Amino acid sequence: MARSDVTKLSFILLFAPFALWIALLIILPQLGIGYISLREKVGPGEYTFGVSNYVAFLSEPIYWNTLLRTAWMSILVTAMALIVGFPVAYYIAKIAQRRSRAALFLMCLIPLWVSDLVRAFGWIVILRETGLVSSFLQKIGLVSGPVEFLYNDATVVMGLVYTVVLFMIVPLVSTLDGMDNSLIEAGYNLGGSRFTVFRRIVVPYAMPGIVAGCIIVFMLTAGSYLTPILLGGKNSMWFTEQIYEQFVTRYNWESGATFGVLLLVFTSFVVWLGLRLTDQSLASTVAKD
Amino acid sequence: MKSTFALAATTALALIVASTAAQAETLRLLTWGGYAPDNVIKLFEEANPDITVEVTLSNNEEMVAKLRATGGAGYDLAQPSHDRIFAAQQEYNIYKPLDLSKVDTAALAPNLLEGVKANATIDGALYAVPHQWGTSGIVADISKAPDVKGWGDLCNPEYKGRTSMRLRRTILLGTAFSLGKDPFALYGDKAAYQTMLDEVTEKLIACKDNVKTYWNGGDDLSTLLLSGEVVVSEAWDSTAFKLYGQNKNLVYVPPETGALAWIDTFVIPRKGEADDAAYKWINFVMKPEIVKLMSDSTGAIAAVSNGIDLLPDDKKAAVKAAFDEKDLANLKFFANIPAGLEDMEGKALERIKAAASN
Repeated sequence: MARSDVTKLSFILLFAPFALWIALLIILPQLGIGYISLREKVGPGEYTFGVSNYVAFLSEPIYWNTLLRTAWMSILVTAMALIVGFPVAYYIAKIAQRRSRAALFLMCLIPLWVSDLVRAFGWIVILRETGLVSSFLQKIGLVSGPVEFLYNDATVVMGLVYTVVLFMIVPLVSTLDGMDNSLIEAGYNLGGSRFTVFRRIVVPYAMPGIVAGCIIVFMLTAGSYLTPILLGGKNSMWFTEQIYEQFVTRYNWESGATFGVLLLVFTSFVVWLGLRLTDQSLASTVAKD
Repeated sequence: MKSTFALAATTALALIVASTAAQAETLRLLTWGGYAPDNVIKLFEEANPDITVEVTLSNNEEMVAKLRATGGAGYDLAQPSHDRIFAAQQEYNIYKPLDLSKVDTAALAPNLLEGVKANATIDGALYAVPHQWGTSGIVADISKAPDVKGWGDLCNPEYKGRTSMRLRRTILLGTAFSLGKDPFALYGDKAAYQTMLDEVTEKLIACKDNVKTYWNGGDDLSTLLLSGEVVVSEAWDSTAFKLYGQNKNLVYVPPETGALAWIDTFVIPRKGEADDAAYKWINFVMKPEIVKLMSDSTGAIAAVSNGIDLLPDDKKAAVKAAFDEKDLANLKFFANIPAGLEDMEGKALERIKAAASN
């Protein structure tokens, strides 16, 4: 009996931090946001309940256009991160010598030691009109005047891919690492071309890693704030910025909270759609051991 | 949720009480970058050894948002601009009425004190006193853009891709003046104000192509101008005066329709816990010898009678180069924002930000 009490106690003690974390830092704030989003302001300090904030969102094209734009660009970033990340992960997991693998992996991690903000400023220094790239191009005579690389969508996408590609590489490496090389050899022995082996053996095996990486990258991108704003300048229009504007510069917590809820619902919907289309589930991807 | 909050609040309060009882008093200052320079803090702490000063840097919108989030707790003294007192207090009740007898009003410039009184009195209680004032206008590189006169020049195709502005309400008001309107006169009439805003929005959307980017803070602005990427920009005069010190071609131009003037004030948050220390700080920074140090750091003019004379010499030169008597007489002080207008302005700004350019 004493034994089972100890087990119970250790279970409670181990479970408590997790439960507190989930309840206090995830569920409670979400409930608060949901509550505020249903509050309607009728006058100074007076409120009633209703869904007018959601109606306001739908009736103002600027808002939902921004949300769609954010989602679309996040999907683009996710796809590009996959294209860039897959060869890197494949090289690290399958081609590189076992000894150099750790070093290569570490080199991928190093940029994470510097904060997002500093890295975004790094890009600004490199890409601005009086920056490194522009002056280099002028020096070698490719262009006659200074060129501005900042403040457009292409730069934002590039900056975001750079920021998140690591979160694509890590799950891919760990999935590909578990793949038996003999599977690939067998594919070749049975007469498969490189492309067939890649399409029929490598990709299906790596699918859980691909999906997990895509989910993480998509969520990170859709929720990022600094990179789109700093690199996008006058043309950035990111949904998180709308949320910040509503909360801070317009003192409109109600609509800011509404936007927060909508961002969560919408990105979750996109992830669900992605899982359905690729015929995967959360259990087989992100939560795979 | 409520009980958890109450519990957390009580715990936090207990901690604060315990820590203040244990150590010297702390003055938690919520202010603008440059408004609490280290040398002034050091002198203040020497004069009041029992007070420690803690500084948080912010801006108008964030100050109100922060105080609103806590119901006016967390800070003992804040410095929003004079047009951010009335509506914020009415709506969120985040400030405490001031006791003017504890403020050395003789040191303050009477016209600015009256101006703030007119803007920050609710039900007979005064909520703010002036500290520093300055203007928003145009800064231009006169070697490349010698003929800049007013807000309209930001949209002048001659400087395509070489202008910048801050996408906040100031530029809406400035553009309205440049279109021959008087936005402050329309404050009382929402419909007319909306019509004016629509016109301004259209103008600024058309202008977006002309603008290189929107700046957010003094540092962005300085880099854009010093690197030569931008030659004409909306600017705070204080930033412009600092730039003049580094490059004599960067001159502040008060727009011909009148520079827009703001007064940064002192307010005491509703749940401030160190009122005496706050009054001590207010009176301390208004002493002539401290005003000089302060203005050197802020670049703005102190709200004392001879504010301009107490500027450091280089800044005084910059002010004299920028303003003549006519410009000073033509200043347009921001008027109180009536409730609801800020929402309309916010929508207009969103429209401009979201509009496509190039």
